[in-house]
Amino acid sequence: MRKLLAILAVAVIALSLGSVALAQDDMVEIEYWQYNFGARVGAMDMLIEQFEAENPGIDVIHNSDIPYANFRDELAASAPAGVGPDVVTLFYGWIPAFVDAGYLVPLPEDSFSEEFILETFSPMVANAKFEGSYWAIPTAVRSLALFWNKDLFAAAGLDPDSPPATLDEFVEAAIATTVYDGDESDVYNITTQGHAPALASQDHHWFREVLIRQFGGAPYSDDGRTVTYNSEEGCAAFSWLASFETEHVTGSNDILDGATNAFVNGESALHVDGSFRVGTIRNNNPDLNYGVTELPVGPNGEQHTFGSYWTHGITRRANDDPARLEAAIKFLQFITTPEAGTLWVNNVGELPAQLAAASDEAILADPILGPFSAGLAYSHATFFVDESAQRQVLIDAFDNIRLGGMDPCDALDEAAAAEQELIDNFWADRE
Amino acid sequence: MTLARKKIFWAYIFLAIPIVFFAYIRVYPALFAFQMSLHDYNPLAAEQPFVGLENYEKVFIELGKTKSITKSAFGNTISYVALGVPIQLCLALLISLMLNEIRFMSTLYRILFFLPFVTSTIAIAWVFRMLYQPRFGLFNVILQMLSLPQQPFLRSPQQALPSVLALVIWQGMGFAVIIFLAGLKQIPRTYYEAAEVDGASRWHTFRYITFPLLNPSIVYLLVLQTISFLRMFAPVVAMTEQGSGGPLNSTTTVVLRVYREAFQSFNMGYASSLTVVLFAMILGVTIIQLSITSRRIN
Repeated sequence: MRKLLAILAVAVIALSLGSVALAQDDMVEIEYWQYNFGARVGAMDMLIEQFEAENPGIDVIHNSDIPYANFRDELAASAPAGVGPDVVTLFYGWIPAFVDAGYLVPLPEDSFSEEFILETFSPMVANAKFEGSYWAIPTAVRSLALFWNKDLFAAAGLDPDSPPATLDEFVEAAIATTVYDGDESDVYNITTQGHAPALASQDHHWFREVLIRQFGGAPYSDDGRTVTYNSEEGCAAFSWLASFETEHVTGSNDILDGATNAFVNGESALHVDGSFRVGTIRNNNPDLNYGVTELPVGPNGEQHTFGSYWTHGITRRANDDPARLEAAIKFLQFITTPEAGTLWVNNVGELPAQLAAASDEAILADPILGPFSAGLAYSHATFFVDESAQRQVLIDAFDNIRLGGMDPCDALDEAAAAEQELIDNFWADRE
Repeated sequence: MTLARKKIFWAYIFLAIPIVFFAYIRVYPALFAFQMSLHDYNPLAAEQPFVGLENYEKVFIELGKTKSITKSAFGNTISYVALGVPIQLCLALLISLMLNEIRFMSTLYRILFFLPFVTSTIAIAWVFRMLYQPRFGLFNVILQMLSLPQQPFLRSPQQALPSVLALVIWQGMGFAVIIFLAGLKQIPRTYYEAAEVDGASRWHTFRYITFPLLNPSIVYLLVLQTISFLRMFAPVVAMTEQGSGGPLNSTTTVVLRVYREAFQSFNMGYASSLTVVLFAMILGVTIIQLSITSRRIN
């Protein structure tokens, strides 16, 4: 009797396993990876749920456990092991390196045609054509704007509701809002910062794509292959940025737990950052009395901002299997619609990448999102070949000025040579 | 098979598991690094083209430049070893000689010196990062109380390396102290008694009895600590801005360079050639140290 029961049990288990396997045959399973950033993970979970409801044959596995600092490590470790994502979200500046490695496949013409991208997406996305193809497409885009602390403005006797509109006013406001405890020529005596230049955060973008242009120069040649920021104009722009630490002594990234934290904690009056910081403030210091406005106008009267985005690409792994590739394309289409962009802006605070959703009245009228949205019209996205190394070059140039006492023009010359070498090496490998 | 043989057989079977594990997890990847160093190895790519000694050529081109991150990495690593090992061993020897003398609360003192060694490096590094802070950090608060100027410590290209080194010396010292104490216990009391009878001074006792008889411990520590300073990585990552080895590459090390090249720029071939060069350095230094310092024991 016992034996019979055992056989029966085994048979039942075997049958149920078989039926599971049968069911799985109809299901296509794809993996989607992004780095761990609370609001983005939540928004993507919602999109995946909607997508799976519409496409019962596709199962999307969402891997969002990897912290930002390790994300590239894990991708690099997963690829040789033959595992990893079918659809992956990467910083736009990483795309050339991933294309160079053959990790991404071009977006299929029939689903993402050039006309469609040019017509419906933000210009910085449309400009991302590389080697004749589009390799990734975003849900949302970001731009830089000026954050100011209204309480610190009021404390310094400035009108809390009129932020600086020009670079000159920016300097005046930074000097007026700085508070010292002791000798005013030493950054370590600052207790409240006017403005702290932080190249490791967003200021290298502000310099590269905004300040140089406003001083009349250009950061790179039109094809992006030659560094041109070590010009008279570039040097003037870099000196202007460095003067906050070396001349006006209004702040430093070395004090008060770094420039970004100082602003979030209410210890800094002026800060250039992206819309993603709005969420950080909401979570860490919801009582901060701040405002957001468009970046100040430059000496030549021009407005510029830096635009960037996290963007989704299809990997070589997905391309190996027609069923998975088809599912990956469907998923990519689903998460880049105007509706997905609207869901994204409501949950993450990044602006929809599709123009139709980004120019929504409610967004433009929003006091916080409005200035970022307005910036999209005059934003530039740098073409990076190795984003972290290129950023490091400018961080080092800035440190050479403030820590090594180097002349800003010499520091910039050295940086330009180092960055040119990175760019040349990248293209040399490709040709 | 007899019972005894059976026992031996099974002992080997069980021992084989860690050996296989060790070979697969440690030896195989180490050998694989040699192979990667001969390829243009991008982990994200489908193909890894063979490039011969090109990566090694690049290492030496970088080292030949007046200024390069690779050159700073090797220069700093040598500084860490050249300053760190002698300072750490001298301090550890001094402390263990004193600990060997005292009886009252001797265990407590030993624990105090050993405790940093068993604490997580990352946790300690972050605490030190706080202590080095301007204005609010303990060290600058003390300086201010003494009316001395504040120091930038980790924020200065000149002071950053010594600041990181201080932590590493302090953290690893407990281990050296324990080894020295064990070495001191091995020296027969009678030698000291004989020296005392002969009227030898304390310095002579140390110079001619303690120091030579401690030689095995010194050789052991010299080799081990040199290797550990050559492999320096975690404290630098934890204590510098975004783990960059800055400011201006003043604290970066060879291992940090390897990590950043391999996983941030995806040049795993070049990174592997750096590890092979580091391996050659470790091997060379160890052989030289063993051949010079162990001679005196005989």
